Amino acid sequence: MSASVDPRLLNPRVAPKRTMRLSWSDPKFRSILVQVAIIGLLLGFVGYLVHNTMQNLEIQHIATGFGYLNRQAGIPIAESLISYNPAVNTYGRAIFVGLLNTLKVAVLGIVLSTILGTLIGIGRLSRNWLIAKTTAVYVEAIRDIPVLLQLLLWYTLMQTLPQPRQSFHLGDIAYLSNRGLKLPILVWQDAHWWTLAAFVVGVIGTFAWNRRALKIRDETGEKPAIWPAALGLCVAFPVLIWGALGAPLEIELPKLTGFNFVGGGTISPEYFSLELGLVLYTAAYIAEIVRSGIQAVPQGQWEAAGALGLRQGQILREIVLPQAMRVIIPPMTSQYLNITKNSSLAVAIGYQDLVSISQTVLNQTGQAIEGVGIFMAVYLSISLSISLFMNWYNARIALTER
Amino acid sequence: MTPPTEAATLGLHTPTAARERPPASVYGPMAWMRANLFSGWLSTIVTLVLGYFVLQLLFGMVSWGVINAVWSVPIGANNLPDPTACRAVHGEGACWAAIGDKWHLILFGRYPFDEQWRPGICIVLFLGLYIVSAMRRFWRAELALIWLVTLIVIGLLMWGGVFGMPYVSQDTWGGLPITLILSTFGLAAAFPLAVLVALGRRSTKLPAVKLICVLYVELIRGVPLVGLLFMASVMLPLFLPAGSGNFDKLLRAQIAIILFAGAYVAEVVRGGLAALPKGQAEAADALGLSYWQKTMKIILPQALRLVIPPLVNTFIGFFKDTSLVVIIGIFDLLLSGKTAMADRTWQGTAPEIYGFMALIYFCFCYAMSSYSRGLEAKLSRSRNR
Repeated sequence: MSASVDPRLLNPRVAPKRTMRLSWSDPKFRSILVQVAIIGLLLGFVGYLVHNTMQNLEIQHIATGFGYLNRQAGIPIAESLISYNPAVNTYGRAIFVGLLNTLKVAVLGIVLSTILGTLIGIGRLSRNWLIAKTTAVYVEAIRDIPVLLQLLLWYTLMQTLPQPRQSFHLGDIAYLSNRGLKLPILVWQDAHWWTLAAFVVGVIGTFAWNRRALKIRDETGEKPAIWPAALGLCVAFPVLIWGALGAPLEIELPKLTGFNFVGGGTISPEYFSLELGLVLYTAAYIAEIVRSGIQAVPQGQWEAAGALGLRQGQILREIVLPQAMRVIIPPMTSQYLNITKNSSLAVAIGYQDLVSISQTVLNQTGQAIEGVGIFMAVYLSISLSISLFMNWYNARIALTER
Repeated sequence: MTPPTEAATLGLHTPTAARERPPASVYGPMAWMRANLFSGWLSTIVTLVLGYFVLQLLFGMVSWGVINAVWSVPIGANNLPDPTACRAVHGEGACWAAIGDKWHLILFGRYPFDEQWRPGICIVLFLGLYIVSAMRRFWRAELALIWLVTLIVIGLLMWGGVFGMPYVSQDTWGGLPITLILSTFGLAAAFPLAVLVALGRRSTKLPAVKLICVLYVELIRGVPLVGLLFMASVMLPLFLPAGSGNFDKLLRAQIAIILFAGAYVAEVVRGGLAALPKGQAEAADALGLSYWQKTMKIILPQALRLVIPPLVNTFIGFFKDTSLVVIIGIFDLLLSGKTAMADRTWQGTAPEIYGFMALIYFCFCYAMSSYSRGLEAKLSRSRNR
């Protein structure tokens, strides 16, 4: 008799021991059963696809594996940040060149579109009617037209530019023609590496000084000026190093000889129209993010700061923007991801980015799965790194609640 | 002139102040310009510089697009239009005659000429579907039925083969209907998938399902659509059983777009689920409803209403993104426009044709985005009351 007594009746503080019953009406058992069934179905489906793929590959005589990456590429690549020779280098290096080209578009694009977008976003809130209306029309028009169409249009317009002989030019310095933008370049020497290193040290030093200055302000209320330190560390120090090494300076100007240019640096029409199109497009979105971020800061913040006697610029910098940043950062992250992903549209205008080169490699070798796998993995890691960095930054500037 | 009284300078409402008209410095066009265009030296400089460029741009556009433009050209020998007039103004004036000659190709692609009324009706049906879906009085379960019927009718019209309409293979479909089909069918098919994934991602009892949903969403959102389309075009054929024929190109693109849309819409729906007060789910639990009863009758009807404005914005994104199928050679609006540009007769009219296509995209997207903005304002007004 005592065996059938519910233990809760004897000691109400002891919870009954949960046992799983093998029955559909037991929620725990049911959830395990459902999950096993779903995973089983999914694995079965994936297995079926893999089986088919293997059979198809066998029929087409394609060996799987990444061995092809070590074979000689033979793909001509017009633009490369590292040395690349199609007769010598491998497929692996060709894909790496493509990755660097993608990063070049993405990194510069992120910087430029952030600057342009912030300016336009603040412009939309301007009290000047003309600025507010022009920026509003810009944002609306750009956002409602597909970015691919815009890129193709820019590229077409680039091609309708005059021949090198009739190019638009700025003195003897820069030329804009249908061959792209020609600019003078600095002939790089060893001394410049040291100057660059000095500049990096200067920037780090300025950051350190800025932190110290903020600490002093927190303690005493007086903030020491930053600009003398910044000027000294970031400008004077590198210049001094450069001078000490003999101040080497040799600038190579582009020169028109015959039908084309010789010397100087080139920004190709493909890269130029891709970067231009992406920056103009993304800036419109960033402008909206910046505008709504600033508008999300209550009006009372402006008024309270004004009552404390701060100037307009100070209010924007010290009071409003730090608060707006918290609203701005998360959507800004997704715009940075978008510009990186949209850089793959390069394939439509013939700029050789990661996807474009992967596609060529894939067509030559037939290694579809490996090729797609590589660029998917690369994009995922780029996206993940941007997300992680932005999450870290967001956490750093987040409101510390007591 | 009498000096203003102290009350008037302070802006107080005195009988004298009420009778006087406001001075020109605070009223009228001059005052408006002073306040809004020339309020300081910086503002004045910016207005002048920006105004100069804006006027230059406007004059340039008007003289290119209207004053110097060629609107039509005579039919020359061998029954083809004679583009000499266009060539003459090349660079100074637009050649709208190219659009007049090529709009069939741009809008309908290579669809048989005599049957082009069918895709024409499809465009109208799509527009009707959007307008009906935009009306709040139709926001009920029956809307799904309207979508289903309309999409079936559109499929029948495009393929034909029934009611005396000759069959048209989808290889010849093209132009605006393809853009509309890819985006609308994409959203319609992605929506149920997205709801399931969003529910799965919020599930607390099924960790394995949650993991699968998170992986799906993050994997898709981490790679560009170009990569996905590209993957669909090279890898989907490999997935079919060996020797079962080839996979239709349009279908491959459609599958890629559905998978892509599914991940993005799932995040939008998840936002709606998260925004719903927790009490709703708890109250449903307290009533003893099962999970599916709770979800279908309490949670989803409320959450989906919340997400309509962001859903419209997502749809605008897909509508624009379908243009990426150009890269794998699908004949959408953009590619049929590019084909039109390749015509030797109309050499050098690419900017006009791009402009025409941009206008079509702009009209669709602008209509949808202003609708979404209006809706958002209306919904937040009723919520804040």
